[in-house]
Amino acid sequence: MTRVVVDPVTRIEGHLRIEAVVENGVITDAFSAGTMVRGLEKILIGRDPRDAWAITERVCGVCTTVHALTSVRAVENALGITIPPTAEIIRNIMMTTQYVQDHVIHFYHLHALDWVDIVNCLKADPKKAAELAQSFSKWDKNTPAYFTEVQDKVKAFAASGLGIFANGYWGHPAYKLPPEVNLIAVAHYLDALIWQKELVKIHTVFGGKNPHPNYLVGGVPCSINMNEVAAINSERLNLVKRLIDQADEFLNQVYIPDLLTVAGFYKDWASHGGGLSNYLSYGEFPTKGYNQPDSFKYPRGVVLNRDLSHVYPVNATDSQEIKEYIAHSWYSYEKGDSEGIHPWAGETKIKYSGPKPPFVTLEGYEKYSFLKTPRWKDNAMEVGPLARLLVAYASGRTDVQELVKATLGKLNVPVAALFSTLGRTAARGLDAALAMIWLKEYYGQLMDHVKINEVSTFNGQFWEPKSWPKEAEGVGLTEAPRGALAHWIKIKNGAIENYQLVVPTTWNGSPRDAKGQRSSFEQALIGTPVAKINEPVEILRTIHSFDPCLACAVHLYDPQGRHLHQVSFE
Amino acid sequence: MGQSIWNSMQQKGYSRRDFLQFCAAAATVAGLGKSGMAQVVSAFEKKEKPAVVWMHFQECTCCSESFIRASHPIVLDVLLDVLSLNYTETLMAASGFQAEKSLNDTIEKNKGKYIVLVEGAVPTHDGGVYCMIGGKTAESILQTVSRDALAIVAWGSCASNGCVQAARPNPTGATPIHKLVDKTVINVPGCPPIADVMMAVVTHLLVLGQIPALDSQGRPKEFYGRRVHDTCYRRPCYDAGLFVESFDDENARKGYCLYKMGCRGPVTYNACSVTKWNEGTSYPIQSGHGCIGCSEEGFWDNGPFYQHLASFPGFGVESTADTIGTVVGVATLAGVAAHAVVTNVRKRRVIAEVHSEEKKES
Repeated sequence: MTRVVVDPVTRIEGHLRIEAVVENGVITDAFSAGTMVRGLEKILIGRDPRDAWAITERVCGVCTTVHALTSVRAVENALGITIPPTAEIIRNIMMTTQYVQDHVIHFYHLHALDWVDIVNCLKADPKKAAELAQSFSKWDKNTPAYFTEVQDKVKAFAASGLGIFANGYWGHPAYKLPPEVNLIAVAHYLDALIWQKELVKIHTVFGGKNPHPNYLVGGVPCSINMNEVAAINSERLNLVKRLIDQADEFLNQVYIPDLLTVAGFYKDWASHGGGLSNYLSYGEFPTKGYNQPDSFKYPRGVVLNRDLSHVYPVNATDSQEIKEYIAHSWYSYEKGDSEGIHPWAGETKIKYSGPKPPFVTLEGYEKYSFLKTPRWKDNAMEVGPLARLLVAYASGRTDVQELVKATLGKLNVPVAALFSTLGRTAARGLDAALAMIWLKEYYGQLMDHVKINEVSTFNGQFWEPKSWPKEAEGVGLTEAPRGALAHWIKIKNGAIENYQLVVPTTWNGSPRDAKGQRSSFEQALIGTPVAKINEPVEILRTIHSFDPCLACAVHLYDPQGRHLHQVSFE
Repeated sequence: MGQSIWNSMQQKGYSRRDFLQFCAAAATVAGLGKSGMAQVVSAFEKKEKPAVVWMHFQECTCCSESFIRASHPIVLDVLLDVLSLNYTETLMAASGFQAEKSLNDTIEKNKGKYIVLVEGAVPTHDGGVYCMIGGKTAESILQTVSRDALAIVAWGSCASNGCVQAARPNPTGATPIHKLVDKTVINVPGCPPIADVMMAVVTHLLVLGQIPALDSQGRPKEFYGRRVHDTCYRRPCYDAGLFVESFDDENARKGYCLYKMGCRGPVTYNACSVTKWNEGTSYPIQSGHGCIGCSEEGFWDNGPFYQHLASFPGFGVESTADTIGTVVGVATLAGVAAHAVVTNVRKRRVIAEVHSEEKKES
């Protein structure tokens, strides 16, 4: 029995530590620890609720915009604000943009190196690589000259020390791609690095910058005026159109074909990393306003025990549904550490009880993470693109069902293959493909609104704090690219009284709950083979398939007191 | 590929004298002084692509994300040709102890020659347990990597001034880098900084071969010497008293000044309205939202963001600008005139600073 420690887990956002117990080449137990806190919820208290989007947006710069959107929804929900339909469309355009850009970056820059052996691409025949690439894609860059150029670049790069690719697990027996496929993937890794900076210019058009574009309670900050150079006008809309078209081509001619090609060589990973069997989605992309979740593109709901014949409703305001536990987290609760608490009543008292740094292992410590442990009706839930697709599939959404079936058919794998590391990674691609279709649809709707001059982007009815009730509470629900995201707010006398975030990686990456039930990361690692314990690429495959975001997941804190070994706050 | 800094400078037409001046500046930044000059000259003559490590502490990775958005040069060319980025948790292939090996090898083999880029603040409360990597505190890692660094760049507001985690009540004791290391730190604030500004700082350092001139807050004057307000294309509206009164009102649709909507342009030193964001696509004010002042120390506590500047006191020199704001509503011309006076006062002070710095240098 060996305890394998991976810290830092790289190619993620934030600071994650995995400790896995390996017996006879297979993981038998695992511990997922978030090792950084900032205390943003504490910082939010007492501030103007209209500022909360900016503060919470800084929770994460990889999933930029998603917290801002969730925050303005929470405040609007609390104050009874309905935003103009045109503002809703612009928000949808920004969110679908985020989905596509984020998923492409994840595939190439955060996940691909778990499957693609970059050094091995030097053995490829560029001509064969071009033939292969042309057989599954119309991307006009896929020529022998292009692949030769990329190979030369990698050769020169390898000679100079490999930089960010140094000390990777190159040559590991778990890498299964032929040299030509490795070369294609490496070439597109480089292309995607150039590409990713383009699509987000849509955020810059509507929100002024990326990362961290501007949002606004009551709508969006930009105005539309087809007779004005200093507003959203024909030129701006044309730019957005061009960016969408470019992204559409890259997604369909590069990302999706590469994903399917790589997946085809790793079908054994359709039986590893399944993890939990419960899936949660809050639903996303309003078509008739945020208050009508039944008309969202992605439906809201829960699938239990992988039973795709039934979807359970979710009520985020019911104090008995979503609760956070801290039995194995560095916090304490007033009524005892085995309690679960709904976010509106959330307590945030940190109590670090881990080893004094520097330390080698967290083994033997009851509490081992700065992440709390959220549960839905006391069930551990997986969230993310796979959960979204499964809830939509089970809800009878035909567009999702058709896309999922067609993809499974192309890979020649059964529906059960979805419940795996490979399934999760494939689901992310389908999620991006759907977002791309909807992005084009929203752009068309925006143009329709412009044509009939329905261009209002802001509802200022309840902008002034004097128009607010003395006390209000609200919840903002979002499907971020990484999964179910919610902010709960309480407003009193025009200021934030309490603010709680429960984010995707808190669902997926949290430690065990009071009953000892594991969350997604830990459960998914169980049963995963590890060929070489000093080079645990298999752990990275499964953990990266969730696209972890740790800065999002850890944010709670309540200060007081100073102790070195045991830090406690009351 | 594999070219020394000296070779690269020669190709670009720099003289040996330019090169030695660069080495002297680099030695100063590294805290090596004149005695360390020979070491630095030798390093830059022989060294191949400079080794760079990018540390991640209390941050949201928006700086890394911004960096890869750069358009001139694009990040790919920089990674392949300009520098050897041997450690960055966001992009590096290696994890766990292989990642730590990459870091340790780099700082061991390049003593006095490597560049440290820091993203994030460092929590100092409670023995530093609020940010740990590989079982070590961020603070101890920072001390280890900065000890033999040639230069240290603090990316973004987190590393430069603490940013959001340092906002009241700063629960974890989040501390900017320059307060923790005993060396010159180049501060590049912003949440995040503009991609092409980040790239310009890197290339100014590595390709141009010079330390950019810094202001009293350690910020490159090249990008942080002017206020967003003074270079804003909506400035004429401010001068003419044309203001947005409510988001998406008729004035907003005409692109009038956002001062009354809380714009922090008048108190924010940054390049947004000149360099703009994402390859010059736009910047916050152009897209209808006021500047929130994200590159200024303590900007989170200068809120609420939608309350316009004049209504809260205590801005030092800028409190005069606030007063102008109040005046503007009733008598624009008087306000503008007063504003011009303040600007000139500042200008004379800045000129005086530059002169005294030049004297020191010579």
